[in-house]
Amino acid sequence: MTSAATGVVMADRRLQVRGEARSSTARFALWLAPWVLLLALGIYAGGLCLYYGLNQTNMNNRFAFGLWIFLDLGIIALGAGAFFTGFLVYILGRTELKPVLNSAVVLGFICYSGAMAVLMIDVGQPLRAWFTFWHPNVHSMLTEVTFCITCYLLVLTLEYIPVVLRNRQLRKLPPFVVFEHRMHLLMPVLAGIGTLLSFFHQGSLGGLYGVLRGRPFAFRQGFAIWPSTFFLFILSAVAVGPSFLMLVTAAARKLTGRKLVPSNVFPRLGFISGVLLAAYVALKAVDTLIWLNVTSPAVGFAPWEYYAYKPFGTTLLFAEIVVFGLLPAVLLVQGRWLLPGAALACCGILLNRFVLTVQTLALPTLSFDPFLSYTPSWQEVASFGGVVAYGVILYSLSYRYLPLFPQSKEQTHVSGR
Amino acid sequence: MKARYGMAIDLDRCTGCGACMVACASENNVPRLPKATERTGITPMLVHPVSDGKTGVAFIPMPCMQCEDETPCVKVCPQQAVELDRATGIVMQMPQRCLGCRYCMTACPYHSRYFNWWDPAWPAGMERTLNPGVAVRMRGVVEKCNMCHARLHAAEDKAAEAGKRQIEAADYVPACVESCPTGAIRFGDLNDGASEVAKASRTPEAFRLLARLGTEPKIYYTSKRAWVRALAERHPAGEPSQPAAPVAAGGGEVKHG
Repeated sequence: MTSAATGVVMADRRLQVRGEARSSTARFALWLAPWVLLLALGIYAGGLCLYYGLNQTNMNNRFAFGLWIFLDLGIIALGAGAFFTGFLVYILGRTELKPVLNSAVVLGFICYSGAMAVLMIDVGQPLRAWFTFWHPNVHSMLTEVTFCITCYLLVLTLEYIPVVLRNRQLRKLPPFVVFEHRMHLLMPVLAGIGTLLSFFHQGSLGGLYGVLRGRPFAFRQGFAIWPSTFFLFILSAVAVGPSFLMLVTAAARKLTGRKLVPSNVFPRLGFISGVLLAAYVALKAVDTLIWLNVTSPAVGFAPWEYYAYKPFGTTLLFAEIVVFGLLPAVLLVQGRWLLPGAALACCGILLNRFVLTVQTLALPTLSFDPFLSYTPSWQEVASFGGVVAYGVILYSLSYRYLPLFPQSKEQTHVSGR
Repeated sequence: MKARYGMAIDLDRCTGCGACMVACASENNVPRLPKATERTGITPMLVHPVSDGKTGVAFIPMPCMQCEDETPCVKVCPQQAVELDRATGIVMQMPQRCLGCRYCMTACPYHSRYFNWWDPAWPAGMERTLNPGVAVRMRGVVEKCNMCHARLHAAEDKAAEAGKRQIEAADYVPACVESCPTGAIRFGDLNDGASEVAKASRTPEAFRLLARLGTEPKIYYTSKRAWVRALAERHPAGEPSQPAAPVAAGGGEVKHG
């Protein structure tokens, strides 16, 4: 082994969480290698879009939003576990969920920073992003989304910092220890701010489509300035956030062969997720009935037509509400099929975001409009693949060097693994 | 008195020649985009051919509909790059402030907004043909028909030089209106009850596209043919279970000039 390689191995060992077994440096590097390649491809594809423009995508004047917006909305909903777990632990005092809190914060940070990165590629003039703060249109849901997501990413960064400062090498520096302690005292406040910001931006993401009077498939009536999708998005996000957290933790448990969290955490997360999902499904069903029978006919659009274009049949609506809504809600509340239930719930939220972002644009509005289809270009797919890779890499590094699961050591001893 | 500029387009007179599209592109410095498709090109004025499925054919010139109420694009733009000018009723786009998020394009039910997917370019020497009164838009921003706003400015300048507060109606005519060989596109102030456009908008043959959405578009169409008027909505009021009879010619293909 060369001296440089030896140095890397030694540095790796020195940074690892004390007292917990981690895979060898070589094995860890092997795990990271494909993700690094995917990240490099994503950066290249994103670079093409920034340098040559959005003509590198398959979006067009009719399909002005595409894969990126769908996935942005999807991962931001999945990342809701971060604020919701913080809310449960710090505001509602559900301390039994504390073992997954650090993991939830890292996941949230990954989801939101990844979404922001993609949004920066997705807009035609990324250097003008600050215009939204300088010339805000207070009537636009996108303004609210921009403000809240930016602020919440800052909150997530502040929540991530104490986790980073608990690295064993950084803890040798007294100022960092003091700073970390001070930051911990701030956590309940940050959790409260994070909840408020998340409440509004999750809702505004739903509002983005709900206010589109010109797109009767998405347009909804609501309460005051908020369409019903505003509230449905909040509820669906908090419902699946814990499910996604559970899935990622289960994947980490499988990959590392360690128990990571106490045995009561998954049933608790599953129950919370299931109850909220059941409430969401009920409200979503009511909302759908009102939309089909009242809102849509009032603006001259026959509801049957929305489902006349394949593959957007009524099967999709049934799948969204029953297969990926009601069924996982029952599984999660019952507590016996937690992981399949969580997976179905996460798929359901992605399907919901897909329907709202893609089907809305595919359907015709004018009487002489054609039905449209759109296939993303490789640059769009690769850019998002890069974000997924970024997430896996950051989560892996965080697991290796930071106390992502503070009770992992004792849990592993308890279970004898 | 505030103006409310609009159009009344006689679909029985429109021959689908595309002169309005060419005039619009020329007046507004729309670049030549060799790689553009019908879904990525820039056509602030676009003529849609439609058919009744038998022998009837019509052409529907579609500029921005200049929505007056609940204007979808104005409401959604996060940084006020789109505004409804209350003095003229024209929905203005400010490319200099546009982020290129394309939310306005998603919001527009008429698909009357266009994104600059490419850098604007002209063949060597063609730059000298550009209209000096209209700024060329850069890549990554949205644009649309603004009723040839540069011509409105010119008319206002002319009126100011003559010491007048109001422009002469004849001094402000958009390029598409001016170029139409059959006079199918009539333009003017809808608030002026005596104007030709206001009169045409009140005839029984007049209709607006998707009026039931409640966005109050200021582009009116007129036709004596019932099937053409039925194009206004996807489903006429009271007949929610029946599809509109006419279909787009060639599956909704659009005609490029």
